[in-house]
Amino acid sequence: MAKHQIELRVNENTYSRTVDSALNLVDFLRNELGLKGTHIGCEHGVCGACTVLVDQKTVRACLMLAVQAQGMHVQTIESIANADGSLSEIQLKMKEHHGLQCGFCTPGVVMTIKELMAESKGLALSEAQVRTALSGNLCRCTGYQGMVDAALDLINHSLAQ
Amino acid sequence: MKAAHFDYHAPRTLVQALDLLSTLENARVLAGGQSLMPMLNLRLGGFDHLIDLGHVAELSAIEKESGAYKIGAMVRQREIEKFEGFEKNVPLLYQAIRYVGHQQTRNRGTIGGSICHLDPSAELPLVALTMDARLEVASTRGMRQIEFKDFFSSLLSSVLSPDEILTRIYMPVSHERDCCVFLEFSRRPADFAIASVAVVLRLDEHEKIQHLKIGIGGLGPSAVRLYEFEQKFKGQFWSETMLSELQSHIKTLPGEGDLDNTAEYRNTLAQVLVKRALTKAFQMNKNPLYG
Repeated sequence: MAKHQIELRVNENTYSRTVDSALNLVDFLRNELGLKGTHIGCEHGVCGACTVLVDQKTVRACLMLAVQAQGMHVQTIESIANADGSLSEIQLKMKEHHGLQCGFCTPGVVMTIKELMAESKGLALSEAQVRTALSGNLCRCTGYQGMVDAALDLINHSLAQ
Repeated sequence: MKAAHFDYHAPRTLVQALDLLSTLENARVLAGGQSLMPMLNLRLGGFDHLIDLGHVAELSAIEKESGAYKIGAMVRQREIEKFEGFEKNVPLLYQAIRYVGHQQTRNRGTIGGSICHLDPSAELPLVALTMDARLEVASTRGMRQIEFKDFFSSLLSSVLSPDEILTRIYMPVSHERDCCVFLEFSRRPADFAIASVAVVLRLDEHEKIQHLKIGIGGLGPSAVRLYEFEQKFKGQFWSETMLSELQSHIKTLPGEGDLDNTAEYRNTLAQVLVKRALTKAFQMNKNPLYG
């Protein structure tokens, strides 16, 4: 089985590793780099638990190979907290609005909201737009209302200031 | 589950990709991986080699030619969603792309991958069929063009030879008076469609039907066009009788059901969607700002 030398940036660090062809990105992040924050759910692109940002865009890390991330910048849930370890705005809003319960889907949800924040480019979003964006992240605990409220608060409230 | 072992190849040019595909045994082309990777992870298929087209830059461009957009097979679905010009010039594609998977899968998924995968409920093959798109395919033997209507061979399979790669999709620009409507029904937004319908309608100055195309997805193994009726209704005023004729015809179309949706249910949905899509298209014609 072919091996590949890859170099990529994950959060603030650059890593060089040798990977098998068939190793997917989420297994690479968890098992090779020890970044266990990204969860593995269905492994066929349906549940959204493994959602990470690759070059600022959300992707299913179970449907992307580690070797395909060569030269790219991957951002995981570990990059979300402030540098001093305190909760960032997105985490505070998720907490305030009860946007999570068991926490399994949360890393994927947060990464989706992060992309949504960047793409909203300062424009207010409707609840429908937020729900559409979050439709790719399954949550079996919350009924979604909390995370939708958190995203709306985060994106639209900051506009008012 | 995890995918079984394979060797990964990342050619930089189309020529390299075609060489690999013609020489490697049991090789498969990898586009965006949003259908192929799930199949590999579920072990529904296995290949010894994957040839990733992600680094073949020449397949990632959208160019406008006279009367058509030339869309590279590796253009990501999210780029199509955001591409300026499609809303006005290819409204059917603009409407349909929003139904394709989720934002997270559209970031990786490509137009060429979806068209080659030929899922019976997929939006992009239905758009290609209804828009009379033409495909450009390449192999080490040369290039050829295929009308999309001749592309399907059997469930999830196309007429592509094992050594051929889809390189470009020629998507015709819609006439400025075309009223285009894409509708689908699924239980949850972004789920696979249970049934889907695409309509292109143009009326002449007397409000007679000048041009009509109707495509239906989700019934059988591939999307279908209602060519016979498109021709028959040309030059006529729209009437409720036509709708009954269409719906009676749809009723006779062969279809397949699954555990969740019976063939009858899918068929009923298709009839309802055709009515809604045509109604909307006629409303758009009366009021261009509608929709």
